[in-house]
Amino acid sequence: MTTQTKGRQSIAFAQPVSILSGASMVGQKEGEGPLGDLFDCICQDPMFGTESWEQAESTMQKETAQLALGKAGLTKEQIRMIFAGDLLAQSIASSYGLVDLEIPVYGLYGACSTMGEALSLAAMAVAGGYGEYILALTSSHFGSAEKEFRFPLGYGNQRPLSATWTVTGSGACVLGRKGGKACITGLTTGKIIDYGLKDSMNMGACMAPAACDTILRHLQDFCRQPEDYDRIITGDLGKIGQRILFDLLEEKGCDIRQQHMDCGLEIFDAEEQDTHAGGSGCGCAATVFASYVLPKVETGEWKRVLFIPTGALLSKVSFNEGQTVPGIAQAVVVEQERKA
Amino acid sequence: MGKMTQEEKQKKAEEYEQYVKEVTPTHSLPMNMAKAFLVGGLICVLGQIILHVAGNYGLDTKEAGSWCSLLLIFGSVLLTGCNIYPKIGKFAGAGALVPITGFANSVAASAIEYKKEGQVFGIGCKIFTIAGPVVLYGIFSSWLLGVVYYILKIMGVFV
Amino acid sequence: MEYFNAFWVGGLICALVQILVDKTKMMPGRIMVLLVCTGAILSAVGLFEPLVDYAGAGASVPLIGFGNTLWKGMKEAIDANGFIGLFMGGFTSCAVGVSAALILSYIASWIFQPKMKE
Repeated sequence: MTTQTKGRQSIAFAQPVSILSGASMVGQKEGEGPLGDLFDCICQDPMFGTESWEQAESTMQKETAQLALGKAGLTKEQIRMIFAGDLLAQSIASSYGLVDLEIPVYGLYGACSTMGEALSLAAMAVAGGYGEYILALTSSHFGSAEKEFRFPLGYGNQRPLSATWTVTGSGACVLGRKGGKACITGLTTGKIIDYGLKDSMNMGACMAPAACDTILRHLQDFCRQPEDYDRIITGDLGKIGQRILFDLLEEKGCDIRQQHMDCGLEIFDAEEQDTHAGGSGCGCAATVFASYVLPKVETGEWKRVLFIPTGALLSKVSFNEGQTVPGIAQAVVVEQERKA
Repeated sequence: MGKMTQEEKQKKAEEYEQYVKEVTPTHSLPMNMAKAFLVGGLICVLGQIILHVAGNYGLDTKEAGSWCSLLLIFGSVLLTGCNIYPKIGKFAGAGALVPITGFANSVAASAIEYKKEGQVFGIGCKIFTIAGPVVLYGIFSSWLLGVVYYILKIMGVFV
Repeated sequence: MEYFNAFWVGGLICALVQILVDKTKMMPGRIMVLLVCTGAILSAVGLFEPLVDYAGAGASVPLIGFGNTLWKGMKEAIDANGFIGLFMGGFTSCAVGVSAALILSYIASWIFQPKMKE
């Protein structure tokens, strides 16, 4: 078997892995945002017809999985396995969301970078011949995330301008050996990068060094320039994280200002919707990818993009114990499928 | 890139923190203070009105103070339930946090949020998630001061 | 006049705390603890009483007033009951505040559902 590794941290697939479909489901606020028309489904009820935020997120994940299967024209029996994750402790949103689907599952946690992790692992599994069709799926919910990481929702706190707004949404992609209009041609696995920052209300600044590290490593591994990409799309750095990323890259002699786009900055209108630095959460990168990025690659408007969801690896306990907030970023190369 | 010593790491972290501080925008402090002043002041005026009315009914200072706390807390819990207090808090910051209404808001918000996790382990355990420390350290600090007072009293400092 | 004093003193306390919130990134829980402890100390050293006389609710409604109440109750209990008063004063004096917050919040949890932030 030919080795498919490239450089120190990357993989270049000998046979690109096809993205058969992408599906997204979001809450009301996201639906009212700039990308509102692009999502497959917008649910006006923040509880998604259930009793709690956690169940709401699970329901959203289940629905999104089914949407993605439907768009790919597959039945659930045809899916070999799922890579899924969310932000909640012990990933309960995924566990309870996917139980009814009766498909084998690998549960993931990569904070907001989980979609990158899920796509990477799913692509590797398909490329390795471990499944004909594999589903990558993540979700986040504003209510459950606030409760998990910050305050009860009825609490009257003031959010700093560096804070991001957790996206209520779930995004899913079905990967397979062939049959899609876009494909994953390579990936770069991210390292955990810790610059010693402790401010959990400024996650963009915590994650930007990780994004910088993965981007540089990727370009080096593939011997590419930023110009080789139509877009370099980070997950949820937000306004401040983006600025820091530019500065950090500039120090290393790399400029991506022309190509850069951030899902967190795309999904909300910061002024109109009062979200401060931008959107965040597993659902942020996932829904923007499935609804906005993927179609543009499929139609060929963008020939090749680098998709890099970023995650801040903290928990409530680590925060209380005064630990720093390390970041991680997983890069996936998505290209238009070339006709054989 | 070689291995960094602990000291270098510390220094780098501090530099980065400083840099992040520079590029991170913040709310305008004078504006925030003005809003806190206005809302905090108004809540206190409301308290003063209650004290005044209670006084007119012939209650002594202590009873009037109790009525004042009770009614302000009632108002805060009601506004929390109706999802209005979070908006006041967002606007006023410390102006909504510092008065006793902020304490009540933190208790009510926890009670409502955690009820899905059950009467005992949800509401019961988590109702004081935010406000619990206030009760603990309030009681403890007054106890500590009390101990000092008690000793001084025995020593005959106070008559 | 008493309304004016209550307004500006209460407002000023909030505005000063706002500096603390914005400059130190302290979580609200810490701020509240700080206020209550400060109130108890101010009260114990005799600085609080003149403030209340001047500002009324402007001094008693902010959480430092809660500290003042705690100390006053503690002192009374020690004066009346001696040593055991150390363990009576605190809860007796803050009974109304804590009971009201607990009872009303619990009842509120029956009536209201968690809602999304807007």
